[in-house]
Amino acid sequence: MPAIVVAVIVITLPLFFPSAYYYRIGALVFIFALAVVGLNLLMGFAGQVSLGHAGFLGIGAYSVAIGPIHFGAPSWLCLFAGAILSGAVAFLVGRPILRLKGHYLAVATLGLGLLVAIVLTNEAGWTGGPDGMSVPRLVLFDWSLRGADTWYWIAGTTFVGGFVLALNLMGSPTGRALQAIHDSEIAALVLGIDVARKKLTIFIISAMYASVAGSYLALFNGYITPDAAGFLRSIELVAMVVLGGMGSIVGSLVGAAVLVVLPQALTIFHEYEQALLGLIIMVFMIFLRRGIVPSIAAAFAGRRK
Amino acid sequence: MMILDADRLSITFGGVRALDGVSIAIESGQVFSIIGPNGSGKTTLFNLVSGIYTPNDGSIRFAGEIVTGLPPDQLARRGLSRTFQNLQIFSRMSVLENAMVGRHRHERTGVLADLLHLPSVARQNEATREAAHKALARVGLGDAGERPAGSLAYGALKRLEMARALASDPKLLLLDEPAAGCNPVETQEIDGVIRSIVKDGITIVLVEHDMRLVMNISDRVHVLANGRTLTEGTPEQVRSNTAVIQAYLGVHGSKEAVRAFD
Repeated sequence: MPAIVVAVIVITLPLFFPSAYYYRIGALVFIFALAVVGLNLLMGFAGQVSLGHAGFLGIGAYSVAIGPIHFGAPSWLCLFAGAILSGAVAFLVGRPILRLKGHYLAVATLGLGLLVAIVLTNEAGWTGGPDGMSVPRLVLFDWSLRGADTWYWIAGTTFVGGFVLALNLMGSPTGRALQAIHDSEIAALVLGIDVARKKLTIFIISAMYASVAGSYLALFNGYITPDAAGFLRSIELVAMVVLGGMGSIVGSLVGAAVLVVLPQALTIFHEYEQALLGLIIMVFMIFLRRGIVPSIAAAFAGRRK
Repeated sequence: MMILDADRLSITFGGVRALDGVSIAIESGQVFSIIGPNGSGKTTLFNLVSGIYTPNDGSIRFAGEIVTGLPPDQLARRGLSRTFQNLQIFSRMSVLENAMVGRHRHERTGVLADLLHLPSVARQNEATREAAHKALARVGLGDAGERPAGSLAYGALKRLEMARALASDPKLLLLDEPAAGCNPVETQEIDGVIRSIVKDGITIVLVEHDMRLVMNISDRVHVLANGRTLTEGTPEQVRSNTAVIQAYLGVHGSKEAVRAFD
């Protein structure tokens, strides 16, 4: 049901777009929402924080830049290769750091994000350094994919796909095990759940979500800088998860939408833009403390009784 | 047949011997209780047997296999389940979902199938839901399935933990103070649940302070004091053992102690 609603939103939203510029915003919302769904699986469901998720966004983004330019590989192949690379990095790094809990895990993942960003900045021969590099357009069947409306549909469709996979996972044995780990690792263990392996699995899946989103972002913008993998990006993703609602897959879309659209809407306030953005986020969190979607859902459920 | 045979278990925490050479041997199908004053090592013994701690010395045999040092999840997959003294409920999930997690060791779908919601996952979910529902019905929570687990009363949460452990179809079930903090009516309910579990051939190990419950229900009672075995026997033997009475209340309080055991 929620999947159908989201699909309908993706399809009907353009009817309300007054100009082509809105396709661009829409595409960005869906691209970020994809990464946020993945991060929400990790944070909201399994209860494991990652402050370095933009690192995987960066790996995905630079895969579709470096692959075609330095190796002449087709972009779509590099997108998949990037996702697999992100999964492999998550696998290697996740084994030792997912033993950590709470703040310790937060700092360790923070380190991972910084590491990726620094490598991308320093390896200037491959990445263009801090100035970044241009990204060749995605070409499928001799058709060069450019233009905001095209990317709106690509990102929207992929988001719906990622949304459905996430919902599937949550309603499955793996999903129940992850939610159990969130509430009590010890109880999960004595019920036969291999906690370390389940955490690693969801870390890899969420890294791959971020990687695909990063590839899309790079292909869509046609340009990429190490900021894509930077600390602020990571924090932005976490803010989207929390603002939309931890553990709410629909909330991931809402959180991404608010934090992509708001800065655009606030540009009329010029130098006060950032301050207003901060203020609005604070107000949201004070009045909708469980995140936008869960708080509103709870309010409605309360009224029905 | 011995379902659990723990031989001379010892464990030290920061120089303190929490458990010192304790052996227990439990026959299949029994209710085996472990009693003792606070700090005597009952919960430590549970944590050793369920794999949460690894003993410094001694060995544990479960269902005929040496399992010393195995982690809790592997023991659980062999059929050893437990509840906790301080509840470990999955409070974000519904009552039914809590019991469904108990079925985990019987679930066979892989993560790819789960992501794609293949027909095997739908069938698996259905089987899990059915078994979880049965487990809930056994502890009298059959109608509470859709409620958030966090909304249950204390005694019901205790029974939910039992249902969750039962859903895993264990061979051996460790119950850590199931009646602690329960009123007499709730304790009576738990007594009934334990009896029905034993009828199904599940062996029970019980740590409990409620002496009436222990004496009513146990086949064997093992008494710990200061991390060592004080005595073991039938409830009648333990009840009349003066060393046990002294361990609980000291020599002078023996009259009250005798009354407490009746």
